[in-house]
Amino acid sequence: MIILAKSDYEKILAHAESELPNEACGLIAGEISGNDKIIKKVYLLTNIDHSNEHFSLDPKEQLQAVKDMRANGIVPLGNWHSHPESPSRPSDEDKRLAYDSSASYMILSLMDRENPVLNSFKIQGTDAEKEELVIK
Amino acid sequence: MNITVAGVKKEVADGLTVAQLIIDEKVQTPIYVTVSLNDEFISNDSFDTTVLKEGDTVEFLYFMGGGR
Repeated sequence: MIILAKSDYEKILAHAESELPNEACGLIAGEISGNDKIIKKVYLLTNIDHSNEHFSLDPKEQLQAVKDMRANGIVPLGNWHSHPESPSRPSDEDKRLAYDSSASYMILSLMDRENPVLNSFKIQGTDAEKEELVIK
Repeated sequence: MNITVAGVKKEVADGLTVAQLIIDEKVQTPIYVTVSLNDEFISNDSFDTTVLKEGDTVEFLYFMGGGR
C-alpha cells in the first residue's frame, strides 16, 4: 500500500492543471513501514521537455530535492507525472524508462478534467502492476 | 582520501575516477545516471577522465522521464 495525504494529492493536481497542456512531473518521498510506503513530501519539478507527450525531470531540481529528502530524513519513493490526454496507466515509454522496480510510479490522468484519476504502479520490465493507493 | 558520495563520507583510493567510482558503488543502469561533482553536472563523456580530489562531493542522479 502507498499512502498519500489529501493535501499532497491536491498539490500534485494543482500543479498538473497549471502545467496543461503539458505533462507535469515530480518526485515523492517519505518512509517505508513494512510493506507500506508513506509519502511525507511531494516535489513539484519542472518538465524540461515542456511537452504534452513526454516528460523529463529537471536534474538540477532533482538534485535539490534529493538533498532536501536527506535533510528531512526521508527517502525517495518514486516519481509522479501527469497524462493530460491519456488514461492513468504506464505507456510503453513509461515502462521503458522505469528502471527501478522498487519505485512507485504515480500517474495522474487529466483526460477527464472533471474527474482526475491518480494511480500508482510498480513496473518491472514490460509488466506494470497497480498498487493500492490510499489518499487520506 | 575522503570524499562524500550520496551524502555518505567515504575513504577512497587517491586518483579514483568517476568511472571507477560508479563501478565501486555498484551503480545500477549507469547509462541513465547523471553525476554531479560539487554541485556541478559533468558530462558522461568525462567520467573516465575526471579524477576525484580530497573533499569532493558526488551525487548520482537517475534520469526520470516517460511519455504518454
